Amino acid sequence: MTASIEASSLSIDFPLYHAPARSLKKRLLAKAGIRVRTDESNRVVVQALRQLTFSIGRGERVALVGQNGAGKTTLLRVLAGIYEPVAGSLRVEGEIGSLIDPGAGMDPDSTGRENIRLRALYRNMDHASAMALENEAAEFSGLGEFLDVPIRGYSAGMAVRLSFAMATAIRPQILLMDEWFLAGDADFMGRAEERLARLVQEAEIMVIATHEMSIVRRWCTRVLRLDSGRLVQDGTPDEVLGPA
Amino acid sequence: MLATAPTLLPPPTIHVIDANNPNLRGRAIEDLREGFATWRLAFTLARLDLRNRYRGSVLGPFWFTLSAAAMIGGLGLLYSQLFKVDLVGYLPHLAVSLIVWQVMAGLANDATTCMTQVDGVIRQLKLPYTIHALRCTFRNALTALHQLPLILIVFLMLGHNPGWAALLALPGLVLLCVNGFAASMLLGMLCARFRDIGPIVGNVLQLAFFLTPIMWKPDQLGAVKVWLPFNPFYSILETIRGPLVEGGGGILAWVAAIVFTALHAGIAFSFFVRFRGRIAFWV
Repeated sequence: MTASIEASSLSIDFPLYHAPARSLKKRLLAKAGIRVRTDESNRVVVQALRQLTFSIGRGERVALVGQNGAGKTTLLRVLAGIYEPVAGSLRVEGEIGSLIDPGAGMDPDSTGRENIRLRALYRNMDHASAMALENEAAEFSGLGEFLDVPIRGYSAGMAVRLSFAMATAIRPQILLMDEWFLAGDADFMGRAEERLARLVQEAEIMVIATHEMSIVRRWCTRVLRLDSGRLVQDGTPDEVLGPA
Repeated sequence: MLATAPTLLPPPTIHVIDANNPNLRGRAIEDLREGFATWRLAFTLARLDLRNRYRGSVLGPFWFTLSAAAMIGGLGLLYSQLFKVDLVGYLPHLAVSLIVWQVMAGLANDATTCMTQVDGVIRQLKLPYTIHALRCTFRNALTALHQLPLILIVFLMLGHNPGWAALLALPGLVLLCVNGFAASMLLGMLCARFRDIGPIVGNVLQLAFFLTPIMWKPDQLGAVKVWLPFNPFYSILETIRGPLVEGGGGILAWVAAIVFTALHAGIAFSFFVRFRGRIAFWV
């Protein structure tokens, strides 16, 4: 099966529940007419993504660029299937591997090894694959004896190494990536880049959200620029970012 | 290095979402199916929850056992005096009622935060939501396992033998589990959306503790007793208490318990069908 992503008029409204309209009391009172409002829904809504239409085919390396709050990470999460669109449609074919938040699902009170096993359960792996993940992640993270220490006691760099090792022990057809991976010590970064480059090469489609234009020029074949949730530019890196 | 890594992902997937044709019911059923198929994840997480909660504590979850034992002993002595009843006749009733109540109330309280607690996971990983409700159910079932043996100890100490009828308590426990899962789903979602529901649940439980025959026996109500089956807590409790204390519960309580469970599960399911896609935005 060939990997592909098709989005048509994709929209995401992000209700801001922490805004004043949150509580049941307010809602009941509003229904009772005590609170006079002109709009029919008293929710505060941010339109995170508006009417995105694009398709990504095999072999494309796509960078999502735009300012903070433009909707890059939200779009990655929609592609990963975490947020469901309120309007429009999305069709994703192919195994998805997402490197959105490396620490998601880690248990700080468990040891590194226990966390690797937990991750295997999260991914619903069989026993053989779980063992393979354990060996592979243990080796790549280079944690040695620290693997049997609760990760609460890890330094920030060690935690990044472990989560990076676990997150990248995948071979997805579609790779979704946020730019968190640029942390870690220098020695590790060398190996990390090599590993990421392999992952990127082997994936049929990559979508990465980043501010780092050097990465865009080095890795990507296409750039989508988002602004306030709208798709404003779509083209090759040179077209969108200007000639290097 | 990656060349030696085996394929670590499940078989190829096609993932389609169309807001105009959302197929809510199908996706909810798929979520449940996938969630139950990966119950080992939920169970492992529940075990870790308990372990982490009692990290560094000597007795760990056996604190529950100890506090329940103290409650039963203390309240048993006091109320057998207040009600002028025989301690030996009263204690089995109190032990079963109090322990089952603590399991029910603990679960309902825990359920209110079962989605909001794991907001990080919900926002970062695509997992069936069923996993989170199942984790909450397992967590409380594990806690219950530390308390239920107390019933046996009380029975042994008093020489109370419920006979074979005690086996009827097993379907009662199943009903309790079904309700626990439904409550985790329903309250988990409701409380993610409306943060005020949590405290409301706490208050309702406090009141329900007194309205349910836990400290007192149903017979003490006299003629008003006929209304008791309308109290869902009583009906569920009775399917466990009846068999263990009185050689089988009243048929009415069983019918009521089954009806309540079906209603509860039905409401939870329709909520789940309708609002499953919104949970990620709520937490």
